[in-house]
Amino acid sequence: MENLETLLAQGKQAVADTDTLPALDEIRVQYLGKKGELTQLLKGLGKLSADERPAAGALINEAKAALQTDINTRRDALESAALEAKLAAETVDVSLPGRGQPVGGLHPVTRTLERIEAFFGSIGYSVAEGPEIEDDYHNFEALNIPAHHPARAMHDTFYFDAHRLLRTHTSPVQVRTMESQEPPIRIICPGRVYRCDYDQTHSPMFHQVEGLLVDRNITFADLKGTLEQFLREFFEEDVKVRFRPSYFPFTEPSIEVDIDRGDGKWLEVLGCGMVHPKVFECSGIDPEEYTGFAFGMGVERLAMLRYGVDDLRLFFENDLRFLGQFK
Amino acid sequence: MKFSEQWLRELVQPQIGTQALADQLSLSGLEVDDVEGVAGDFTGVVIGEILSAEQHPNADKLQVCQVNDGEQTIQVVCGAPNARAGLKTAFARVGAVLPGNFKIKKAKLRQVESFGMLCAEDELGLSEDHGGIMELAAGAPVGTDIRDFLNLDDKIIDVDLTPNRGDCLSIAGMAREVGVLNKAAVAEVDAPAIAPVIDDRFDVELVDAHACPRYLGRVIRNINPGVATPQWMQEKLRRSGVRSIDPVVDVTNYVLLELGQPMHAFDLSKLDSGIRVRLAEQGEKLVLLDGQEVELNADTLVIADAKGAVAMAGIMGGEPTSVTTATRDIFLESAFFNPLAIAGRARNYGLHTDSSHRFERGVDWQLQRKAIERATALLLDIVGGEAGPVIEAVNAAELPAVQQVLLRHAKVTAVLALEIPAAEIEEILTRLGMQLDAVEAGWQVTVPSYRFDISIEVDLIEEIARVYGYNNLPVHTPTAKLPIPPIAEARLTLQSLRRHLVARGYQEAITYSFIEAELQKSFDDQHDAIALANPISAEMAVMRTTLWPGLAKALQYNQHRQQSRVRLFETGQRFVPTADELIQENVIAGIIAGGRDAEGWSAGNDKVDFFDAKGDLESLLALGGCGAQFSFAVGRHVALHPGQTARIERNGETVGYIGALHPSLVKQLDLNGPVYLFEVTLDAVTGGKLPRFSSLSKFPESRRDLAVVADQATAFDDIRSVVAETAGEFLKQVTLFDVYQGQGIEPGRKSLALGLTWQHPSRTLNEDEINSAVSAVVSALRERCGATLRE
Repeated sequence: MENLETLLAQGKQAVADTDTLPALDEIRVQYLGKKGELTQLLKGLGKLSADERPAAGALINEAKAALQTDINTRRDALESAALEAKLAAETVDVSLPGRGQPVGGLHPVTRTLERIEAFFGSIGYSVAEGPEIEDDYHNFEALNIPAHHPARAMHDTFYFDAHRLLRTHTSPVQVRTMESQEPPIRIICPGRVYRCDYDQTHSPMFHQVEGLLVDRNITFADLKGTLEQFLREFFEEDVKVRFRPSYFPFTEPSIEVDIDRGDGKWLEVLGCGMVHPKVFECSGIDPEEYTGFAFGMGVERLAMLRYGVDDLRLFFENDLRFLGQFK
Repeated sequence: MKFSEQWLRELVQPQIGTQALADQLSLSGLEVDDVEGVAGDFTGVVIGEILSAEQHPNADKLQVCQVNDGEQTIQVVCGAPNARAGLKTAFARVGAVLPGNFKIKKAKLRQVESFGMLCAEDELGLSEDHGGIMELAAGAPVGTDIRDFLNLDDKIIDVDLTPNRGDCLSIAGMAREVGVLNKAAVAEVDAPAIAPVIDDRFDVELVDAHACPRYLGRVIRNINPGVATPQWMQEKLRRSGVRSIDPVVDVTNYVLLELGQPMHAFDLSKLDSGIRVRLAEQGEKLVLLDGQEVELNADTLVIADAKGAVAMAGIMGGEPTSVTTATRDIFLESAFFNPLAIAGRARNYGLHTDSSHRFERGVDWQLQRKAIERATALLLDIVGGEAGPVIEAVNAAELPAVQQVLLRHAKVTAVLALEIPAAEIEEILTRLGMQLDAVEAGWQVTVPSYRFDISIEVDLIEEIARVYGYNNLPVHTPTAKLPIPPIAEARLTLQSLRRHLVARGYQEAITYSFIEAELQKSFDDQHDAIALANPISAEMAVMRTTLWPGLAKALQYNQHRQQSRVRLFETGQRFVPTADELIQENVIAGIIAGGRDAEGWSAGNDKVDFFDAKGDLESLLALGGCGAQFSFAVGRHVALHPGQTARIERNGETVGYIGALHPSLVKQLDLNGPVYLFEVTLDAVTGGKLPRFSSLSKFPESRRDLAVVADQATAFDDIRSVVAETAGEFLKQVTLFDVYQGQGIEPGRKSLALGLTWQHPSRTLNEDEINSAVSAVVSALRERCGATLRE
């Protein structure tokens, strides 16, 4: 018993001196194990008188508890140091590029088309599509452009034979819709169109979105309002919009729309008008009961203005260095 | 149409400047393309007279001229071959500034002093002509500023007229429009009847009166074609973009520009008896004014004499009967041709003339007499001669009907969403030349004979809106009933497919729908691609039956620009001709080449292979939840590697192809291979299914792994289906987790490692059940696929 204090002091010192978990465990066994030195002292209690035994037992247990506390504290410290060391060893360079597939991108024409579709989709227009190889009837005749009409010269048309051609606009889709559907009609017709013309500002293939609204009591004011709002939202700018009388055989009155984005220059961006009664009659809609408006815009042209592209031909070269700019 | 602003202002005087006038025209539907000065900016140029021109002592091509500038005689060295004594020309004094801020200083040319410069038209920005110094009329007043003399403070306004506004293809028509817009008075062109002084007539017969209901002619004898066209007329023509030719032609062109009536003058002595206006005989020949001989079609209206066609009616005159310097007697024509009889004809011969341009759009059918009188007066003035009586052949029944259109005030309000007062409507339409008779609902409107574009009520409403100003009309947004639209949940959108491929590293491309015929053929030998009749080039000649050629060209373009790793996709129509019909269907196609991974610190160096493309495609096909409906069968395709081609089927129907681009095409297109391609119909990909819940098993799965050795040629699909058929109904999944060839495996064989997973919905499967399923699978594989368990 006389060496209890010495033993405890030795044990505490050993715990404090140890710096690995296995060594710490050895110390625990050495002092507190079944055959440990402090445990042995308890076994020596039998030699004491019954009067001395409780007090001495309590002292020994106190010493054991004290050493156990030290061991626990030391274990926690060693464990957290080991964890820290492990974590430190696992440090990565977070600035290294991530692994995996670099993402691709949409074509700027698609991006613009989808944006236009989103605007009109949100106010109840649905998307209608049709064939690109069209017949003369749907591309011209049904739109009040008979053979030899001077307006045909406005459309440099690609022909296959006397009847089949590449559509010069997506208006044939409007005709097909009006033939098959009763008003109210609210559609936009996106797609490829073709004209026999090729230079920096003309491509033999380009994209259009045309729109058609047919209902009772549709007015010129509705047309103006719809397009004015569209253009402002499309450009996300307070663009100035002006409406200029023009001529399309399938609308009357016909309009060209110009915008001014603040530099005082008017740029033509789309054509539109009130649907011509003859077009309605061709499609079996009563022009006395219904009115409507139609509009058409060149997608590349809008994309060029929106993104500052200066050469139409870039859209179809598919140069990844160009396409990659539209992510 | 180009015209001189001053000429216009002779007829109407709006109180606005040039730019305001141009803006006003544009905003009324007559779009002004350009406004330019009739000459360059210059000062200090006067009319000079060359008093003498002598050979320069030191230069063969120069002359030393003494020039009278109205104040003194000045020495000028000039290189123009036409510099000669007596010529009046443009003289730039020392101190003058020519276009381009070119200052005229005194100079020494080969040791001879020169004080100023004699000018050619191009040097003053009058034209491109640099044939010699200007030749002014003999009567030109020496010393007068050339700007004043030629009226050069004028602008040329170029209006891009829409095809409906043929009535504005003249100064008079344009003036009428400007008058309406400015509420300004418009002067009529004066054309009093010229009394005949000779009796000569020339018979005119309207054989095809429908095509030509009115034809006026007049004989003028003893003209003097040797005189020059007056300067003022030449200038007006020039400013309208018309070249001066000779006085007779100039007068007919002048009247065309002034009034809008195309005219023609024949050399009377070359005409054989009377004029017949008839359709050409098929193959009839005519040498045109421009020298080319044409074979006429039977749909072409001609002016003929007894011998044959002498002019293509309303398009171009013939060369043999044209007016020349030897002409003394002429026959003037002023006719109305039905627009439908002229439309498209000029184009069929590759022609487009000022005359055909106007007749196609419609010439005022009441203008012919005025025009012929006006032309006669001008001709008598300039070339002299004696006029005969005006001969008129007319078939009144075939003339266009006077259009009567009912205009309802309520309809105007309904279309424009604005009630424009009746008085204002009347004002606008009356100024436009309409005659209005009030009726109960509005007006009965009589349309003037020059407006071919107005035949129904909305045409009038457009006129009202146009003059009122589109930008002054109200604006609001439509209101509508908005039913919830149908959205098929099982159908994938194109947008989602595109984004899926983008997320997998693909860049979207858009390639031309028409491609080179040879290239098309090397990608599809099954179909004869439909060819354009008028392609823009051989590279854009036939309609693609597959998107692959375009994508391959896009790959080539990028590989040639140091882009080694390329993944592109495109969606669009292909055009497949079959025996019965032309199939136009949307497809989605992709192309990949280069590294599997983008170059990077942890990336492998492998190039893409078949299974990269297949993996991307399978992920796309699985989007709609129907991946299991697709299968890949060994296929053949002319553009693909024979050992790496799969036909893609959905429920047994072919929906596309995938494979490696054939090495010979890789070489032919100068590509860096290997290249992998896929194309499937959009319909096959977008058709998905609606999810359907089935309850989850609470019982554990059991898994067994099998390694089997099979012939190299045995398709995994065959093995999988044998497994699926024989492993019992509770087999949940088969995975292939390894494919191995090499050491330990016989040559010509391969080892496949399969993981089979079973699960019962309502109990735990016991060991015996699993074992007997495995032995069933093993023996079926042995019997049906020749596959044995790996030792």
